[in-house]
Amino acid sequence: MFLSQTDKHLSLWLRLCTLISATILALIIMFLLAESWPLLKHGVLTQFISDESWHPAQRLYNILPMLSATLLSTLGALTLATPLGIASAMFNRYYAPSFLASGYRRIIELMAGIPSVVYGLWGLTTLAPVINLWHPPGVSLLCAILVLAMMILPTIALTADSALGAIPVVFHQTAAALALSRWGTIRHVLLPLAKSSIGAGIMLATGRAIGETMAVLMVAGNVVQQPDSLFDSVRTLTANIALEMAYAMGDHRAALFVSGLALMLMIILLAGLAEINKRSS
Amino acid sequence: MKKSAFIILFVLSAAVWAYFTLTAPARQKLVLTGSSTVAPLAAEIGRLFESQYPGVRIDVQTGGSSRGVKDARMELADIGMASRTLKATESDLLSFTIALDGISIILNRDNPITALNKQQIIDIYTGKIVNWQAVGGSKAPITVVNKAEGHSTLELFLHYLGLKNTQVKPQVVIGDNQQGIKTVAGNINAIGYVSIGAAEYEAMHGTAIKLLPLNGIPASVKNVQNQSFPLSRPLNLITKKQPTGIIKAFIDFARSPEVNPIIEAQYFVPVAN
Amino acid sequence: MLKNRLATLLIWLSVILISAVFVVLVLDLVRHGWAGLSLAYLVDAPLDAGRGGGIGPIMVSTGLILALTISVAAPLSLATAVFLTEFSSKNSVFSGVIKRSLDVLASVPSIVFGLFGNAFFCVYLGLGFSILSGGLTLACMVLPILIRTFSEGLRAAPDEYRLAAAALGLNRAAALRHFLLPTATPALIAGLMLAIGRAIAETAALIFTSGYVDRMPDSLMDSGRALSIHIYDLSMNVAGGDSHANSAALILISLLFMINTLSSKLAYHWMHKRITCL
Repeated sequence: MFLSQTDKHLSLWLRLCTLISATILALIIMFLLAESWPLLKHGVLTQFISDESWHPAQRLYNILPMLSATLLSTLGALTLATPLGIASAMFNRYYAPSFLASGYRRIIELMAGIPSVVYGLWGLTTLAPVINLWHPPGVSLLCAILVLAMMILPTIALTADSALGAIPVVFHQTAAALALSRWGTIRHVLLPLAKSSIGAGIMLATGRAIGETMAVLMVAGNVVQQPDSLFDSVRTLTANIALEMAYAMGDHRAALFVSGLALMLMIILLAGLAEINKRSS
Repeated sequence: MKKSAFIILFVLSAAVWAYFTLTAPARQKLVLTGSSTVAPLAAEIGRLFESQYPGVRIDVQTGGSSRGVKDARMELADIGMASRTLKATESDLLSFTIALDGISIILNRDNPITALNKQQIIDIYTGKIVNWQAVGGSKAPITVVNKAEGHSTLELFLHYLGLKNTQVKPQVVIGDNQQGIKTVAGNINAIGYVSIGAAEYEAMHGTAIKLLPLNGIPASVKNVQNQSFPLSRPLNLITKKQPTGIIKAFIDFARSPEVNPIIEAQYFVPVAN
Repeated sequence: MLKNRLATLLIWLSVILISAVFVVLVLDLVRHGWAGLSLAYLVDAPLDAGRGGGIGPIMVSTGLILALTISVAAPLSLATAVFLTEFSSKNSVFSGVIKRSLDVLASVPSIVFGLFGNAFFCVYLGLGFSILSGGLTLACMVLPILIRTFSEGLRAAPDEYRLAAAALGLNRAAALRHFLLPTATPALIAGLMLAIGRAIAETAALIFTSGYVDRMPDSLMDSGRALSIHIYDLSMNVAGGDSHANSAALILISLLFMINTLSSKLAYHWMHKRITCL
């Protein structure tokens, strides 16, 4: 490409800034590795999946139950939030009278901005006692899933909303000309068109669910175990770090950084999935 | 247009920065880190101390007793805070008790149980007793609330029962005191243990919890004070070297009768007369 | 036809459910926190571990952290976004790698940013628990959000502008200043607001970086407690802190509401102005 002298200077500066932005991820991974090195250098990676339990004071570092807790709570939250979020977007675009649509959109935007501490507090003092009446102990995988679903719903709803809004009017007109019903139009014409953008929104929401810390810490119960049912208490990888970091020293601290590395690995896999989603569309 | 907005923003923040760094009085900073139980108390004492020593700023960071000990040893902090006595492996450090606190078993207010003996508590925490019926309560499964590893409340409680954390079979694990209180208040079949001060405050202000007596001695700040309650602990300030100068001034201040109203306001027991 | 009716019913039901949950949540907050709100609460220093007094110093610390976050992240993000959209070709390996790394960075959990910020800014660079460490950590966190929205804004500028600028003999820098950046302004503002919203609600990344001290900071090197950490501490660590925790949460949500409203108003205003200018 042709660049003038001014542009060459500018380009150089921009390139430098870009490099700095890109270095951050590398720095993060480097520091996670460096801090978990005291444990990793023994070379027994299998201890993180084969130890009897997670009791860092007794040098037992099995992170598998927390890995599955993170996965289960994320999956559960997605199962709830995806249909609700897409329904919200469809409501805004095709069902609601315009004054309701803008009001409802504002509600969703506000839900997106409510800090996780507030969701956690509400889950602990309002939601958990209700679940407890049904099946103790209340704070549980189920409670975590419900709170997480509320937290990621806005992400899915807002991205789906803008994806549906970006569909050219021609498609509506064609569907109308074919005398398709409202639902038929949505189901067979509009949704398929917005599929990949909605998919990207769901990926984004998955990332948030995996990474959510404070709210989950308050409502999941935090017992390190493989849950047998939705009512069992679980501890996620993020909650594990927040719960024990302030108290951890030596190998225990390194083990928490290993939890952090495990989280990073999940996120990188997720980014790979998102890439496949993008390519396939 | 946008660029100029950014430049204005940048200059503005640079100005704020300059203002704060240049006008900052050269105050001496005293850093305290450690126990989340001691932190609010130390911050309040620090506030009063600052009003008498205007040239000093007291910074309190929370994080747990282990961190208080570690930071004091590595001299990352001027003073560490710990809500327990020093262990044998920590004899290289000096500790100064500023207040006492107890640990109380708490139940939901609507639980009919009024007392448990030590063996019953052990059996409940190790999962040998899983239903309140076995100890004379209603027919309902017990929800055992335990603390996360690293908290000194956990160490002290397990030490009192003679258990290891691997033996405990909890249904819920919590971090700080209030999470325990909220969990028990919201679950009629839960049993937990927290700082007496916090529990007494909440029970008095209408939260749905009650404190269980231990060995027949009611759990109260008063019984911690007269040292009849079996499960109590000192709240300590920790230093590596014999304190001098401003550090000594602060520790002396924190142990003087002058701070007793503050200690009582945080529902702990003063040690100075 | 039945399917059509069923779908309508289900969609209305889910909307009613979500709105109901939102209303219950906000009403709960208002019920518990309303009594504690007053002008004095906004400016006074906290007393008695936060059970009394107000949140003045905490508002100042939060403001400083935010200002630092935005003033570091915004220029860096703008430069990166401009480079990625205007100065690199679509299939260059360099920009491909950078885009991927930013995608990953966007979903790094905030607690991991906390770990990193603590290890890098507080310990390695020796900044300690300070507003500076907290602001820089948050800057890393909002960077990918800003870059993404900025890039989208720039990309939305029609290619005609670029061609017209080239035809006028303008270099890229001038085209950027006179055509592309003004066109992208609404997107830039929306991105900034999104980043501020994300940063102001953050707890996990700040607990290990900007710290716990609830007094008026003297300098950026002082530790300062952010609003969301104050809420967490009051509700989890201070007996009898609940009502003030709710008041603080109400203030945080009102702030977010204002930021949201402002951003949509601003975006509309700029859009309008630009169209009438043309």
